[in-house]
Formats: sequence, structure tokens, C-alpha cells
Amino acid sequence: MKKDLLGIGDLTRDEIYLVLDTAEAMREIGQRTIKKVPTLRGKTVVNLFYEPSTRTRTSFEIAEKRLSADTLNVAVATSSVLKGETLVDTAMNIEAMAPDVIVLRHASSGACHLLSRICRSRVINAGDGMHEHPTQALLDAFTIREHKKRIEGLKVTIVGDLLHSRVLRSNVLLLTELGAEVWVCGPSTLVPPGIERLGVRVSTSVDEAVKDADVIMMLRIQHERMNGAFFPSVREYFNTFGMTPARVAGAKPDVIIMHPGPMNRGVEIASEVADGPYSVILEQVANGVAVRMAVLYLLVGGAED
Amino acid sequence: MAKRLLKGGRVIDPANGRDGAFDVLIEGDRIARVGESLSADAGVAVVEIPSGLVVCPGLIDMHVHLREPGQEHKETVATGTAAAVAGGFTAVACMPNTSPVNDNAGVTEYILKKAAEANLARVYPIGAVSRGQAGEQLAEIGELKQAGCVAITDDGRPVATAMLMRRALEYAGMFGMPVIEHCEEQTLKGDGVAHEGFHASALGLRGIPGAAESIMALRDIALAELTGGAVHIAHMSARQTLDAVRWGKSRGVRVTCEVTPHHFVLTDEMLRAPIAYDTNVKMNPPLRETADRDAMIAGLADGSVDVIATDHAPHHYDEKRVEFDRAPFGITGLETAVSLCFDRLVHAGVVSLPRLVELLSVNPAKILRVPGGSLSEGAPADISILAPDLRVTISAAAMRSKSKNTPFDGWTLRGGVAATIVGGRTVYVNEAVGRSLHA
Repeated sequence: MKKDLLGIGDLTRDEIYLVLDTAEAMREIGQRTIKKVPTLRGKTVVNLFYEPSTRTRTSFEIAEKRLSADTLNVAVATSSVLKGETLVDTAMNIEAMAPDVIVLRHASSGACHLLSRICRSRVINAGDGMHEHPTQALLDAFTIREHKKRIEGLKVTIVGDLLHSRVLRSNVLLLTELGAEVWVCGPSTLVPPGIERLGVRVSTSVDEAVKDADVIMMLRIQHERMNGAFFPSVREYFNTFGMTPARVAGAKPDVIIMHPGPMNRGVEIASEVADGPYSVILEQVANGVAVRMAVLYLLVGGAED
Repeated sequence: MAKRLLKGGRVIDPANGRDGAFDVLIEGDRIARVGESLSADAGVAVVEIPSGLVVCPGLIDMHVHLREPGQEHKETVATGTAAAVAGGFTAVACMPNTSPVNDNAGVTEYILKKAAEANLARVYPIGAVSRGQAGEQLAEIGELKQAGCVAITDDGRPVATAMLMRRALEYAGMFGMPVIEHCEEQTLKGDGVAHEGFHASALGLRGIPGAAESIMALRDIALAELTGGAVHIAHMSARQTLDAVRWGKSRGVRVTCEVTPHHFVLTDEMLRAPIAYDTNVKMNPPLRETADRDAMIAGLADGSVDVIATDHAPHHYDEKRVEFDRAPFGITGLETAVSLCFDRLVHAGVVSLPRLVELLSVNPAKILRVPGGSLSEGAPADISILAPDLRVTISAAAMRSKSKNTPFDGWTLRGGVAATIVGGRTVYVNEAVGRSLHA
């Protein structure tokens, strides 16, 4: 494995499978009465979060604690950053205290690359701007593989705000690398220009994109971005792109429905679908811990240099 | 009066139709004679030009940011003009987006005073179109002209409205000044930071489409036609903009345009590699895709492009060492332009050497109506001596500019600067070429 996990491109196909296989073993730890192993004892992990996050930060923290790492959470309010210290200075100060890993969440695309260039600590990207969220894609792949026993050859349809989504970019890179047929679907105002060059099919028709899908992955619509600029109203969005039982019916009978959270019920996804029999949304959350344990173990646990 | 004879070398003086082995006699600050095998009378110092070098009218960079007054941590008139002469430029035209803005005679005079103190390259200030570059009220353009401004622009942003642009073209026309336009439709640019296309999409960077530039160029060409004024399109980057300029020229509109070296050398692939999210490839307009870069090269070759200018935009190290979307736009250019032009245009067979001299000297002088651009007898002795085959390795650390924000650090290129003469005075000699040029 490379020093850092900045994006899915840092992993070879074999390494992706190694993470998924390792996560199987890690999940077992979470099912024990005493959910803790000494693998990362004496290692320090700093969770440096420049954006609010409940799921991802909690998931990393639980993963770190189950591996016995010393964990420190630094939540930086965006407002104080604007006045004060630069990311580089904050990182160098943390670096001076010699952590083994920095887990970074930041609103700017490429922030992890900047950190990686100045830090000797390993850097794990926990979401950078509109760029990537690699551990999310890994946990999604883990969840898909668990249900479908394979990824190659599956039709995976991703629906929603494609433009602003880091989850989209990481999933597209990972799923195409593993041989899935990936369809992306959303209003044409939210399709990143040139995205088809990543090897995906682009459609603005949900019915076409969902037809015979093995997996439907929904992306969050961010209300704060949507003041009429990209589509006229939430109502029209739901009518055109919202995932309803009727639309799910066009997919394979054993389709699974995924969502990285947080969900907007009645905007991108109907509650009947989110809570329905095909939904694996909470399994994704559970698997997130095991996958992040695997990533931490493979980056730091194995390396005794 | 001191007399010096530049003996040898290939003299390229397109304005006088010269290209060949000539000698140049300088008397004081003027060119006295250009001829074949001139003999040195008593009292004339002879400067032997090593064979293979080119002697041409001084290069003029009509688009630089000297940052003074107000942003002296990035650059000063002194450091900027030192960079200019090291880059082979005998004159630069500096943009008004200083702090305060160069929208009145006082600021213009201050810049000229600093330029006189530095006493290196000539400095031609460019005034603001609007007061404070706020896009509302015309600046005192007549007074700017009197103080020494040679053109007006709201560079950094476009002239805000079609009506203001119309008035600027009409009004500046009275003084024979062109309006230089930073073409950018601001609602389309939005908060974009990179060229809208595959690479920005993959990297999660907000895009700026080429149409943001061409829309504004089309507006301004239409207004130049309406008013009969002269508009100069700055730092053109998109292929659609070049088509707009060609269309304007075909209608007889007074429109000219410039391209920067980075827009004819680099593409948006630089966003990914060699350094992902390198803030030294963040500039406005952004590096565009291959088709745009190739269009700029085609425009340079076929004559549609009038000028090469650097858009030299120094920024302090601290300002660039941040997240990509927080970094300021711009890179330095004065000390890399000549090498990039030789390597990528002349040696690549895109343009001839005489055509390069037109792009870097003759045409900027013509557009700004400033002295220079020729080696005519009686003209100011502003002369660039270039070394087309010199192997140059670019070193940001060794640059004269106060700022080091260049994506070309470490590049090895064929072609460079040998010496720079301003007003008969040798203000720069490249030791790698020869000390003999010091004389």
C-alpha cells in the first residue's frame, strides 16, 4: 500500500480486494463481547475535521478504538479558519506531535494532497470537497459484495447530485476498476462535464438508468445548494428523480438500495424505499467501521518501520 | 556622447524589413545607424556579438502586474523591472489593479517615479477604465493619459456593463488609447477555479467554461464596431474567443489580442500531474484543454494573434501554499517567456524568428502607440539580444522577481536571453552567454 489513502486511484485492484477481505476479519471483532484488539496499541490517530460530520467521524473513531489506537478529534470550525491559521500551519503543528495517521475531512478538493506533501504521518482522506471519499466507496463495495458475492458484471446505478458528490467520484473509480457496469443519472445541470470519460454511462432518465440494475445508489441532494439554480424545486426533483417503489420496480427483483447518508426523505428517496426490504442503508453504516479498521490496519498496523 | 557599435549577430528588425548580418551603432540613448560591416571610428566602443545570437528591437510585455503600490510583498516596480530585463524585456505595461487602483494621475505618477528610480525597463502604466475598478463611473481617463498611461483596462475583471464599455471605447478613443479587456462573463465564471472539463470534473474543482471568455469578447467586439474604438483582448485562452477575434477582424473591427506562454504551452492536464492540485497552475483564465492550446498555437502561426504577453502575476509563497480553491489566480511570466517562445514556437516550427519579434515587440508597440518595436535610426536604443540555441534550465529560486510562483521550475528549454539594452544602457547580461556583452 502507498503511504496515504488520498483517493481510490492510490489502490490497485488487488489492494482493493485486500481491504475488502481484511474488512471481513475486522467485522468479526465487532461481533465479540470485548470489541477490541491491540493491533494499533501505541499508535496515535488524529481525526482532523474541517467540516461537520457525524457518521464518518464516529465511524473512524470507533474503528480506531477497536484497534486500540490513541485517538484525538480535532473539529475545526470553518469560521475560525477563515480568521486564523492556515491548513498547512495546523497540519505542521499536529505533525510536530508525531501522530501516525491524520484522517482529514475538508471542504476543499485536494486538501489531502496538500497535507500529504508536507506530512510524514500517513494521511487518510475522509472526504475532500467535491473530489473523493475513498473509505465510503470501499464500504459500499464491501456491502455490494456481501449481497451479490461479486462486483464484476453488476449494473450499478448512481442517482442524484453527481456534480457536487465526492461519493460519486470514488464509487465510479472503484466500481469501474472492479468491472461493474456503472450508470450515473441526475438532472443535466448536475452532471459533471466529461464524466463519461471515467467509463460510465450517463442518463437523465431514471427509468432507463434503473432498468435491470443490481444496485441503486442514491446521492444526497444538498438543500443549501438548491435555491433554484440547478432545478426548479424539490417537488419537481422528487417527481423526476426521486426513488419511489414504482421506479425501483424496474430494477432486478433482488436489487439493493444504498445511500451514503444523510438522507433527505421525500427529496431524493421515498421513505418506503429507504425503509423497504431492498434497503441496505444501515448495513452500510455498520460495514463502515469494519472497512475503516481494515484501512487503518493495512496502512499502519502491518508497517513496523 | 558615448558611442557603441554592436558588431555581428543576426539583426531582425521586421519594421524595417531587415533580417541578416548587420551592425548597430548606438549614440547615447539612440540608434544612430544600422548597416552592413560598419566600421568603428575612434572613440567607438565595439561590442562583439557572438555568432548565433539575435539582435532585435526591445521586447515589450504589454501585460504585467507590478503590484506597486500596495502589494509590495508580491512584487515592486524595482523587482518587477529587474525580472523584465532578465527576461529580455526592455519595456512593460503594468496593470492598474494595485492598491489603491491606478485610476488617477497621482498613482500613475507614483509608479513612474518608482520606475525612474529603478532605472531598468521602461514602464508604461495602464489606467483603470472605472473609478476603483468598481465598474460604475469612468475614471479620469484624460488625466491618466496626461500622466503617462498608455491604455485603460479594468483587468482582473471585465468592464462591468455593456454601456460602460461603450463609453470607455468612445471616450478613450479621443485620446488614441485602446481599451484592454479581461474577458469573463462573471455569472458563468461563478466561483470556478479551473477550466470546465474532464480534469476539473474528476478532481472535483468548479469549472470555468471557455464560453465565459468568448461571450465577453463577442460583446466587446460588437461595441468596438459600434463605436469605432480599439479593443485589445487580454490573455486569450479559449478557441471560441480566437474565432470571435477572427470574425471581428474580418469585419474590419479594431480588435487585437494577446496570448500568454502558459496558454500555448500547458493544458488542464497539469491540474493532475506532475503535482496534483498545484496552485502554480491556477490562473485566470485557466489552463484550457488540448484543443484550446492547439488553437492558440494555430492563431500564432496564421497571424490571428497579435501579441504574446505574459500576464506576469506574482503572488507570495504564503498565498499560494493553501488549498487550491483558496489560492489566488496567477503565475509569474517575465523570466520564462522568451525560453518558452523559442522552445515551443520557433524551434517547433510554429513561427519564424521575425514573426516572434513582431509578436513580442513590433505589435505591442503599435497597439500601445509607444516608442520601440523597431531599430530605426533615431529610435530609442532599446535592444534585446537573444540566444536562440542557449540551453536554459528554469530556476524559480534564481529569479529576480520577488515571487516564485511558476509551474516551469526545473524545465529545460532551448533558447534564452543574452543581454538587454534600454536607452543605450546595458541593463542585463546573461553570464552564461558571454561577458563580452558587458562592454
